[in-house]
Amino acid sequence: MAAGREGGGKRGTWAPWALMSPAVLWLTLFFLVPVYFLLRTALSNVDFVGNTTFAWRWHNFSEAWTTYNSEFIRSFWYGALATLLCIALGYPLAYVIAVRGGRWRNMLLGLVVVPFFTSYLIRTLAWKTLLQDRGPFVSLLRDVHLIGANGRLLSTPAAVIGGLTYNFLPFMILPIYVSLEKIDLNLVAAAKDLYSNPWRAFRKVVLPLSLPGVFAGSLLTFIPASGDFVNASLLGSPQTSMIGNVVQGNFLATVNYPSAAAISFVFMAIILVLVLLYARVLGTEELSV
Amino acid sequence: MTTLSARHEAGGAVTGGFTPPVWARKLGTYLLNVWASVVLLYLFAPIFVIIAFSFNKPKGRFNYLWQRFTLDNWRHPFRYSDLVHAMEYSLRIAVIAAAVATAMGALMAIALARYRFRGNSIVNLLIVLPLTTPEIVLGSSLLTLFISANTPRGFTTILIAHIMFCVSFVALTVKARLRGFDWTLEDASMDLGAPPWRTFRKVTLPLITPGILAAFLLSFALSIDDYIITVFVSGNSVTFPIQVINQAKVSVPPQINVLATMVLGVSVTVMAIGSLLGARRAARLG
Repeated sequence: MAAGREGGGKRGTWAPWALMSPAVLWLTLFFLVPVYFLLRTALSNVDFVGNTTFAWRWHNFSEAWTTYNSEFIRSFWYGALATLLCIALGYPLAYVIAVRGGRWRNMLLGLVVVPFFTSYLIRTLAWKTLLQDRGPFVSLLRDVHLIGANGRLLSTPAAVIGGLTYNFLPFMILPIYVSLEKIDLNLVAAAKDLYSNPWRAFRKVVLPLSLPGVFAGSLLTFIPASGDFVNASLLGSPQTSMIGNVVQGNFLATVNYPSAAAISFVFMAIILVLVLLYARVLGTEELSV
Repeated sequence: MTTLSARHEAGGAVTGGFTPPVWARKLGTYLLNVWASVVLLYLFAPIFVIIAFSFNKPKGRFNYLWQRFTLDNWRHPFRYSDLVHAMEYSLRIAVIAAAVATAMGALMAIALARYRFRGNSIVNLLIVLPLTTPEIVLGSSLLTLFISANTPRGFTTILIAHIMFCVSFVALTVKARLRGFDWTLEDASMDLGAPPWRTFRKVTLPLITPGILAAFLLSFALSIDDYIITVFVSGNSVTFPIQVINQAKVSVPPQINVLATMVLGVSVTVMAIGSLLGARRAARLG
């Protein structure tokens, strides 16, 4: 981040801090401090009535992984698949809107956003309606014998991954659109003048320039998708439960705070490592759009 | 001849420099448009379901299968008082959270956009980190704080959480709008003798209002729809999303669809009016 270049240029010592202090204080108190307490709880002992005492109990972390490794792996797997599906569905739509939208651009973008004005949970319940055993999709798939006569969609991994894909799709489309919209179309014309065919012009010019959008979109999709538990609990079954279901259950149902905090912390750490790796691979370190 | 040889060279230098025939290109364009339309339809599929099933007369307690058309649900949209109370509760939280978060986040964005100071990049990191942290981690870490501090969970803790995740969104949105803002206008105003507060009210505020309004609406939408963080810090309080989930375990009345359709209608209207006003403003400014 080039702070000096981006800033308005005025030098200030106390004025900016005075303006920022409420927000900085709030984020420190209710984001940074809680993460410290999460770590502290994760290292605590718990007695049989649920009281916790701090004890440097590192064992909680390894226990979190060994007990719930299938949920961990399933979460990242579902999150990754949903992200890939979002790219496959979202990129072409963003491309059509940005490059061919013309004066309909803003209206088309509005259409992308409108469905998400309804509540997240109600949308997911609507998917439950669509995927019912006697619903339209199941009967279609049964008729074409893609699933057996008693095959179903609800309570399968496909339903959960489909739900995740749907709910986080706009977070993929919008950043990709922003990066595509910035591309100077003369570059594509130049590539064509130099006898590049349309596909190669796309691959060598448009695609690399839109990668920051794909990167931002992937983060905005993968992080919430792998941490989600709403889709898994409404569309899935106990066999599709994700790490979010475990954290929620351990915090709010079985009340084992150290275990729940340890799982949550391990999850955060893995996400952080994956994000950094991904940033290395794509060669971009911009986190913000 | 020169163009032909140039073409030959270009084709030879990179492997497989082949130009597809016109019909193939047209087919490609066509398929791309079809794909984009299918994705748009996919985005709207559950919305059609929500609207259609608000006119359904379900057999039993679950509104999952189409039975027959009725207007009853629309005649009694507020029949389930639990849903209505939860909606009011969520609205109250969303208005306060969005207002506080917008004020704090906008001040922060102004500071970042306007001044050069040490620690700038750390503040930027502090804004981005909550957005890249999974919601279950945000919710559960706040819960451990509240448990350690013996804070009872309820209205205040929900508000604290919602303001926290909205501040980052506001700061980013407003900061993006302020890029390229001409701060010398403020100097001009002060040179003409206006005191700082008057300068802020008469010059700065009108110029940044659209960005702040957008940030407020975004915060409002995020707050009213949040479930994952809220469920950790709500205690026994019931917001609209929590009520919907709790209700869905025992029954799904079509009134849920009616309320959702109403919210959708209001939001689309607000958006349409906003973009119309924006277009008029743009036309006026030339």
